[in-house]
Amino acid sequence: MAAQLSQNMLLAVPLAPLVGAVVAGFFGKAIGRAGAHTVTILGVLIAFVISAMTLIDVIHGARFSGTIYEWMVLGGLKMEVGFLVDGLTAMMMVVVTFVSLMVHVYTIGYMEEDPGYQRFFSYISLFTFSMLMLVMSNNFLQLFFGWEAVGLVSYLLIGFWFKKPTAIFANMKAFLVNRVGDFGFILGIGLIVTYAGTLSYGETFAKAEELAKLQFPGTEWMLITVTCICLFIGAMGKSAQFPLHVWLPDSMEGPTPISALIHAATMVTAGIFMVARMSPLFELSDTALNFILVIGSITALFMGFLGIIQNDIKRVVAYSTLSQLGYMTVALGASAYSVAVFHLMTHAFFKALLFLGAGSVIIGMHHDQDIRNMGGLRKYMPITWITSLLGSLALIGTPFFSGFYSKDSIIEAVHASHLPAAGWAYFAVVVGVFVTAFYSFRMYFLVFHGHENFHHKPFPGEHDHHDDHDDGHGHAHTPHESPAVVWLPLVLLAIPSVIVGYLTIGPMLHGDFFKDAIFVHGEHHHAMKELAAEFHGAAAMAIHGLSTLPFWLALGGVVVAWLFYLKAPSIPKAIGNALSPVVKVLENKYFLDWFNEHVIAAGTRLLGRGLWKGGDGLLIDGLLVNGSARLVGLIASVSRLVQTGHVYWYALVMLLGVFGLLTWQLWPTLSGLAGR
Amino acid sequence: MSLGPITLGHYLSLGGLLFALSVIGIYLNRRNLIVLLMAIELMLLAVNMNFVAFSHYLGDLGGQVFVFFILTVAAAESAIGLAILVVLFRNRSTINVEELDTLKG
Repeated sequence: MAAQLSQNMLLAVPLAPLVGAVVAGFFGKAIGRAGAHTVTILGVLIAFVISAMTLIDVIHGARFSGTIYEWMVLGGLKMEVGFLVDGLTAMMMVVVTFVSLMVHVYTIGYMEEDPGYQRFFSYISLFTFSMLMLVMSNNFLQLFFGWEAVGLVSYLLIGFWFKKPTAIFANMKAFLVNRVGDFGFILGIGLIVTYAGTLSYGETFAKAEELAKLQFPGTEWMLITVTCICLFIGAMGKSAQFPLHVWLPDSMEGPTPISALIHAATMVTAGIFMVARMSPLFELSDTALNFILVIGSITALFMGFLGIIQNDIKRVVAYSTLSQLGYMTVALGASAYSVAVFHLMTHAFFKALLFLGAGSVIIGMHHDQDIRNMGGLRKYMPITWITSLLGSLALIGTPFFSGFYSKDSIIEAVHASHLPAAGWAYFAVVVGVFVTAFYSFRMYFLVFHGHENFHHKPFPGEHDHHDDHDDGHGHAHTPHESPAVVWLPLVLLAIPSVIVGYLTIGPMLHGDFFKDAIFVHGEHHHAMKELAAEFHGAAAMAIHGLSTLPFWLALGGVVVAWLFYLKAPSIPKAIGNALSPVVKVLENKYFLDWFNEHVIAAGTRLLGRGLWKGGDGLLIDGLLVNGSARLVGLIASVSRLVQTGHVYWYALVMLLGVFGLLTWQLWPTLSGLAGR
Repeated sequence: MSLGPITLGHYLSLGGLLFALSVIGIYLNRRNLIVLLMAIELMLLAVNMNFVAFSHYLGDLGGQVFVFFILTVAAAESAIGLAILVVLFRNRSTINVEELDTLKG
């Protein structure tokens, strides 16, 4: 163990954005727009610089694990604020602060005309703080704090345009769906506290083997399986896994920068991060891993299908995010935690890039988000075009791009996994490659190539939100390249999207970067070993990748997209007509929203009404509360008859009482006298 | 029936009788608060009778001294009682015991 990390420096990482958020949030009016973005960007910049330095130290072997502040002690249970900095944390810190920094800069351009400018900066800085608290935590309580805090900020940001009814609906939905997940999560934490007796990661993991021998009381289930599945349900909510994914597409109602930051690059990966962090627990339960594999593969494949039929540029990217999160989950299920985290990192870069690119397109199109109204934009927005192309190539897994290394590793890992669900998961992720390539390039071609569809159409999005665009210039405007504060982050994100996989696959997957952060039960789950055996350097992997099935599937996806949407646009229409029931199912998102609304929500309301009328109204209010009052009243109405209010009664009763008491007291004497 | 010497028993019986009379007076009287006060006075006199009788019987003058105290206090008490009665009458315009039932629950 080399240099120690300074506690104060680490403390500055989450606190700098917090200070920025507080200043911009509470003194936004006083410091003005420029002040707000300066102070928040400065805060995040400080966090990023220290995170980067921390990462360098961590690569050289420095670690930090310790308590910063003891909040309280309950019995033997310590509740603390503490940091655990190892490879996993350091990598997450850099990813979060880097993407956040890019998004902060981008926001200057994107939110330029928005009246809530300072508020927005305050929120995204607050988000950065929460996310850093989440990833740097060394205990479950702080993890939960960060977990809920990012959920809260996500809620605030989805509903940022709070005058827009759809946005309010979407943020409520996101919040409620996340509550379902969090319920599982807190149950999992509760089980850990109950059986391990501690909130600290280190102590819990030390007891993991012991926990694995226990059974859940009253059942035949293994305790560790129940715990892991509960924790994973939390991850399903936050990382938008089927069937708790429904909130993520709707969250696109928020401004684009936060879609990039929260709903693509960082917050939604919190679940993946958490499972990777808990790898010593998850490794002990094959059942939980199978469960994760199944959920992940369903998400990866079926959410990809939905991406194909979406016409809103942000929703296409949102479904792509869901699908990629499914990939990460599959990797977790295959015990390839480091691969999942690797994909998390590469995905953070290229998905943030794609979202910010989509945002740039939206600015260029004057807030029209319908890709059918776009086309041929490459001439008007060259930088956005190039960077989006790079992002799409990374997403579909083109060899040498970052996405290739992570996605191909996932596919290989699933292939090597011996869990029962691995067969299906392998099928799902391989088919998913084709689907990913198809919808990505469908969007790409429709937006940047082909016929320019925007000339003769007004921009319907103009009055959607932002009243600051006056109508009346809808027809005349052609798209234009976005300002430098918008395209600069695109360029800066494009660079890691292309190269980061090539540079880091060696140390991250097969080196010892994660050796003390992620634990894999090598004898039972040998996916990582087999991956390592086949790995002969990043370049060799890419060249080998050219001849494998996923590459040809991806290429096929691109070609089909090109054929369908540039060459012969009649084909998709014909297919759509031929398969109209399938399209209907896809358009209704597998009827999950319908199901939630009509079965779960209605059922909950019914249950609530029953409890309200029957339990609360009848039993508690009627019988217990009012009933006891009525009983007292009844007794009182009888006993008040004694109180006549006439003094002579009281006097008489008093006398009789004295007589009675005296008789009782003196009875032995009196009877003694009588007997004599 | 011959009238023997007057014994302690006679005095005590007279006291008891007076006391009982006054209790009955308190209870039966439903009209007049002044009568009620008089009944209370009578009750005190019945007690005084006992005191005097026991004092004589036991040869202890303390009992008879006590009676004077009681009479003094009773006079003061009657004065206060009558004063209250006057105020009561001013407020309620009645001294009818039946109507004085504000203590009623």
